[in-house]
Amino acid sequence: MSDMSDSIHPDMERRDFLYVATGAVGAVGAAFAVWPLIDQMNPDKSVLALASSQIDISPIAVGQSITVKWRGKPVFIRHRTPKEIAEAEKTPLSDLRDPEKDQDRVKKAEWLIMVGICTHLGCVPLGQRGDYDGWFCPCHGSHYDTSGRIRKGPAPKNLAIPPYAFLNQTLLKIG
Amino acid sequence: MPHGESYEPRNRFTAWMDARLPLLRVMHESFLTYPTPRNLNYWWTFGGILTFCLAVQMITGIILAMHYVPHADLAFESVQHIMRDVNYGWLIRYVHACGASMFFLAAYIHMFRSLYYGSYKPPREMLWILGVVIIFLMIVTAFLGYVLVWGQMSFWAATVITNLLGAFPLIGEAVKEWLWGGFAVGNATLNRFFSLHYLLPFVIVGMVALHIWALHIPGNNNPQGIDVRQGKDTVPFHPYYTVKDLFAVSLFALLFSYFVFYDPEALGHPDNSIKANPLQTPPHIVPEWYLLPFYAILRAVPSKLGGVLIMFASIGILFFLPWLDRAKTRSARYRPLFRQFFFLFVIACLGLGYLGAQTPEGAHLILARILTFYYFAHFLIVLPLLSVIEKPLPVPKSINAPVLKGAGAAAQ
Repeated sequence: MSDMSDSIHPDMERRDFLYVATGAVGAVGAAFAVWPLIDQMNPDKSVLALASSQIDISPIAVGQSITVKWRGKPVFIRHRTPKEIAEAEKTPLSDLRDPEKDQDRVKKAEWLIMVGICTHLGCVPLGQRGDYDGWFCPCHGSHYDTSGRIRKGPAPKNLAIPPYAFLNQTLLKIG
Repeated sequence: MPHGESYEPRNRFTAWMDARLPLLRVMHESFLTYPTPRNLNYWWTFGGILTFCLAVQMITGIILAMHYVPHADLAFESVQHIMRDVNYGWLIRYVHACGASMFFLAAYIHMFRSLYYGSYKPPREMLWILGVVIIFLMIVTAFLGYVLVWGQMSFWAATVITNLLGAFPLIGEAVKEWLWGGFAVGNATLNRFFSLHYLLPFVIVGMVALHIWALHIPGNNNPQGIDVRQGKDTVPFHPYYTVKDLFAVSLFALLFSYFVFYDPEALGHPDNSIKANPLQTPPHIVPEWYLLPFYAILRAVPSKLGGVLIMFASIGILFFLPWLDRAKTRSARYRPLFRQFFFLFVIACLGLGYLGAQTPEGAHLILARILTFYYFAHFLIVLPLLSVIEKPLPVPKSINAPVLKGAGAAAQ
């Protein structure tokens, strides 16, 4: 017992520890209690259940496209012309903002299947418009080429490719 | 403290009340005897006008919610039902829709008033900051409300604005889906937007209460921008400013009525009379007029994340205004250089508003970039610089001198 601080200090540290420990346990408890209140806003089971769509693509002639809905989003299915395929394939990667080979974006060169949502702010681009014969987004002026790759305008990425498979010659499954 | 100790309970009930919950005393001192500078001009009536607007929006909004159905399949039809079937539904909805525009018109004038007369300067920084919080809440509330109509513009405004959050790296996608409750804007989104649109006005009411509290501590600024020094500088709020505010509200109601009764769709967009279609974006999407300057700033930047950050910064920078403009003189009347830059800034804001409605290409895009730069330069370069180099004119010695001694010396 040489001086006051020796006798007071250890006690204060013990009390501080108790405060911090109580606070930490309380904070973790509060976080657990709040999580359901936050998570309820995430996509629910009925939304998640609508995972895939099947489409008969036989009526789509060369040069035609259709838009189908998958998970609430538009998906473009385009039966590309040989000219469009050639344009997409010969574009050097150095010209691209989000470099991706055309071959990596399609499973069959004549069928381009992609999510029809502009990667800028989510508008639906218009087909066969714009400076690159592909898609043009009317909202903020993004131009996509015949492979759906971003070429000009504010969008940062190429149009997304959804998971899909050709079940047979005419049936396409998205998702 | 500006509160006059003037309240005397009139009868035994009010005396009993006063000893337990002095609500009447607070009301009396805040809205009747509150000492107000005697030289306030009509630009100072917009506080009263804004209170009126908030009340109108809340009353009409609560009524609309009695008839509106927040479901993706029924929302648009229920709005048509309000317009055609509900007794006076057309009136109540048009008042609510035009009311949003009127609310923003008054709020922007109120803000420019503050900028011109330096009402954000010490000791009113908290008053200003609370005001910026309120305008931000108003923008969010107006956006949520616009979505509820579930027309094409509603749907695509919701899509574009929620996609802004997707610009943030790593968490963007998750936050977006969390906000949507799905993989695109849909029924879950509409439902929660309705809930929040109903909630936020009450938050605004709370902020307005704080705003008025923060006003009543230092008291009003005034066109001279000088402090209240003597009793002669002020008049009681009632009847002087209650009557003046009421007169201004009446004039404002005249303009309001013009839009409601003669041109209710003037401030809207015809595409919003088409039901929302998730597969087709309208050829030209624009927000409501009061958000156009921010939209122009968003589109001026050729990078998605950059545009989003700059747009948020255009409001965020307002929080720092009291510390960017360090000039001691408040009122632009005595700041000849600041006065000119103030009007340049107003022109830049109006210009951005115009450009927000144009397609972002060619000369429009270049001009939008110049004005966006100027918007920020005003706060980050012009104001700090003026605080140092400007030589202000002499300010009057007191508020009452020019008023009470006729066309007094320094009066303007």
